[in-house]
Amino acid sequence: MKTTKLLMSMVIATTLFFVGCKPNDAAIQAAIQAKEAAGITVAVAKGEVTLTGEVDDEATKAKAEEIAKAEKGVKAVINNLTVKPADVPVVIAEDSALIKNVADATKDFPTVKAEVKDGVILLTGEIKKASLITLMQHLSALKPKKIDNKLTIK
Amino acid sequence: MALADKYKALTDAATTAGIADLAVREQDGILYIDGTAADGATKDHLWEVYNQIDPNFTSGDLVLNVNVAIDAAVTHAKVITESSNLNIRKGPGTDQPIVGKAAHGEVITLVNRSNDLWWLVRTNDGEEGYCYAQYLEAQA
Repeated sequence: MKTTKLLMSMVIATTLFFVGCKPNDAAIQAAIQAKEAAGITVAVAKGEVTLTGEVDDEATKAKAEEIAKAEKGVKAVINNLTVKPADVPVVIAEDSALIKNVADATKDFPTVKAEVKDGVILLTGEIKKASLITLMQHLSALKPKKIDNKLTIK
Repeated sequence: MALADKYKALTDAATTAGIADLAVREQDGILYIDGTAADGATKDHLWEVYNQIDPNFTSGDLVLNVNVAIDAAVTHAKVITESSNLNIRKGPGTDQPIVGKAAHGEVITLVNRSNDLWWLVRTNDGEEGYCYAQYLEAQA
């Protein structure tokens, strides 16, 4: 009888232990998630917190980690947040440089006529379909504002 | 951000391909995508995706400027003209006199790549001058 009781209590204790462990992670997850900024995903497994998502800058990334570390029951924090790259301004070439570079780029396409005005390359004339992609690649590298393609495709 | 939606397949492909320094911005109704591809095949793949979204590139609402990364240690390049010889010029520009020619498929020595569009090269015959970089493929 005594053995049975002991066994029973052990089973209950074990069950409580496992049940007790699970909501703990869930509770930690909920607590941290509530404090973190939007766009940050919090995952918790056995007290180990993983942060994922994209944030605006390094400071936000570091702060998110601090918030997670400060939470009770957290054993470790894996900070997998990525920082959004800052927007590089669009560079558009000056017409003087563009005119020269467009002349160089279109030299091997004698059926193509190119005019440059205010950063816009206007293409007229005709071109073989197979050559079009090469021409467009060459012109796109010259930092135009726009390529206005009015070419007839042969 | 309708343009971003239109070209989503392209920006997704660029992200998947691991384009370095990828920047996507919309300005005055034109989408600008800049970045550096690991190799020529990756760049060509993006242009195929672009051609699928905007057949024959007639919309004029995208400037796709993806260059191919070149290791600083690279010293040779292959001539990738369609079939003709590649002119070697005295200076960087088609207005410069031709000082030599490199054959289609020939591998020549890279001397200086400080100009993005015109690379200073030397042929196996010792002729030195500038070639249009778009017709040269850096050799790994």
